Amino acid sequence: MRALAGRELGIVLVLVAVVTVTTVVNPNFLSRQGVHDLFLNSSIIALLAVGQAILVITRNIDLSVGSVLGLSAFLSGQLYLADRDMPVIVVLLAGIALGAVCGVVNGALVAVAKVPALVVTLGTLYVFRGLDYAWASATGVHQVNADRMSPDFLAFGNGSLLFLPNLTVITLLVLGVAAYALRAFRPGRELYAIGSNPDAARLSGIPVGRRVFVAFVISGALAGLGGVLHASYFGTINASVGSGRELAVVAAVVVGGVAIFGGSGTVVGAALGALLLTTITSALPILGVPAFWQRAVDGAALLLAISLDRVVMLRVAARLRRRTSVGGAGG
Amino acid sequence: MADRLFRWETLLFLLCLAVLGYGAVSTSGFADPDNVRFLLLDYSEVALLAFALLPIVLTGEIDLSVASVIGFCSALTGKLWNAGMSFETIVPVVLLAGLALGAVNAVLVVKFGLPSLAVTIGTLGLYRGLAYVVLGDGAVTGFPENYRPLAIEYGTVVVVVVGVLAAVTVHFTPLGRALFAIGLGPEATRFSGIRVDRVKMLLFCVSGALAALASLIYTLRYNSARADNANGLELAAVAAVLLGGVSIFGGRGSVFGVATALLLMAGLRNLMFLNDVSNEVQNVVTGLLLIVSVLVPVAAGAIARRRRPQPPAGTQPSRSPDPVGAAVSHGLNEEDR
Repeated sequence: MRALAGRELGIVLVLVAVVTVTTVVNPNFLSRQGVHDLFLNSSIIALLAVGQAILVITRNIDLSVGSVLGLSAFLSGQLYLADRDMPVIVVLLAGIALGAVCGVVNGALVAVAKVPALVVTLGTLYVFRGLDYAWASATGVHQVNADRMSPDFLAFGNGSLLFLPNLTVITLLVLGVAAYALRAFRPGRELYAIGSNPDAARLSGIPVGRRVFVAFVISGALAGLGGVLHASYFGTINASVGSGRELAVVAAVVVGGVAIFGGSGTVVGAALGALLLTTITSALPILGVPAFWQRAVDGAALLLAISLDRVVMLRVAARLRRRTSVGGAGG
Repeated sequence: MADRLFRWETLLFLLCLAVLGYGAVSTSGFADPDNVRFLLLDYSEVALLAFALLPIVLTGEIDLSVASVIGFCSALTGKLWNAGMSFETIVPVVLLAGLALGAVNAVLVVKFGLPSLAVTIGTLGLYRGLAYVVLGDGAVTGFPENYRPLAIEYGTVVVVVVGVLAAVTVHFTPLGRALFAIGLGPEATRFSGIRVDRVKMLLFCVSGALAALASLIYTLRYNSARADNANGLELAAVAAVLLGGVSIFGGRGSVFGVATALLLMAGLRNLMFLNDVSNEVQNVVTGLLLIVSVLVPVAAGAIARRRRPQPPAGTQPSRSPDPVGAAVSHGLNEEDR
């Protein structure tokens, strides 16, 4: 547990360093509006990172989240084309349901095919995205603009509750529930057991298949929710929304300290990872780094994080071995 | 095991013939020599990536960064060409750049001991990002007229040569046997005196160089160097490798199977193209092929088990789904943790 706290503390320290340096260059970075924008921009990625973290903890992965987000955003647009006065809650539930269905597909395929989730979700990444385009060309709707959506919906995506943007409030709620469930609920703890050692988890009576399936459905549902939030925030959607976002999500999760081979990490870390990556991306232009470098940030951060983890792990292992050999000499 | 493998590839080969035959009958122009030439050329980059990926997957690793290497090398080609460098100089520079990107993957995976899945998802993003750093989001065109026909004329020949080299190396050399051994058990292979690390280093470097070669064909063929060239092409390459009967866990597969899968996919793509199916929707088919290719062996195994008498006590009954290990593992080679 101390190691986990250490990781989250580490991210916060890096975050503080990035924010401090950037604020020195441009004081507006830490203005009320600046902070508001940072939270807003990282909310959707953080939401997806929470779902992804739950899966990665069980030693799985979902590469299709960007496509699911796009599909659900497109659904929101289509719903408003059908009826401009659609209540916000209906659109939210529809998006979550669509995402959950995608998660069911992923989860069922992984459970049936017994192949790495990587392969299945790489396939569904393109299947879901293709369905999105096919839907767009079948209905002849290639873009839905804000003027076709209900004012309530747009107000919901751009509004604030006290100081926090609505999207951030939703992400924090989801994060709070997920963090508590993974910490205090039996099925939550079982996810860690599955990720640490699937065989042992099975032998100790954990319904491994069912837990992993549910994790896929949760990840899908959160991506679906993310799609609706994206539509309500940006107000303009087309079939390519969310393309390539899976990289940012996986990077956030790994930077946040969730081990890619499962068994350790927290959703809070993953969300902090998302906040850190978003902050770095927003800080780069202010620090005079050409805009095109932004695209390399997620990949570079992912590589840096796994390399650092490896170095730390080797150090710890070496220290343990030294201690054991000293103890061994005494005994 | 060997005869099942044989059957899978035979099945695939028959399927391939069926698709090509159906195309020839149903779609006018499909069997035209010009169209066949285009069909093959149009899949040349994917084929090169698949031949690069095949030995890596045989050892139980993966390289998802291949399409981003094409993007980077294409952007570099455009940048150097804009800077006035002669194309004769650009070719070796770009090939070396590809080799260097592959070497970065190799060092991170082999020397640092990091999981290749995580590393190459990272470099997938990093190399694509660097492609934009090199060239921005513009396009460079106007490549020399004497080189463009070369790529169009000989692109397929290059693929065939690489395919034959891959087949000979994988199936008829000690190095090739080592690939299978590593996939089945890296520890045992290491103890039998095979330099596992060196083999893996080599594979990732070759993968980078082959992707660079593919980028040259791509850039010349479309007469366009862009940072987003070949975006998402890793899907088709991975799909071809798995559809070709290569096990994602390593240790099983053949170049013949992958070549057949490539031909099948190229035929399907061309058929859809001739029937005006959009690019994005074609991706659905590629994605489905990838999923089907991993489902078929499972289904075949289930049928085979049902035919056989009840398994002896102690083994799992056939109907219970057993997600342990396989289903819950996206770690391709867990020894590398």
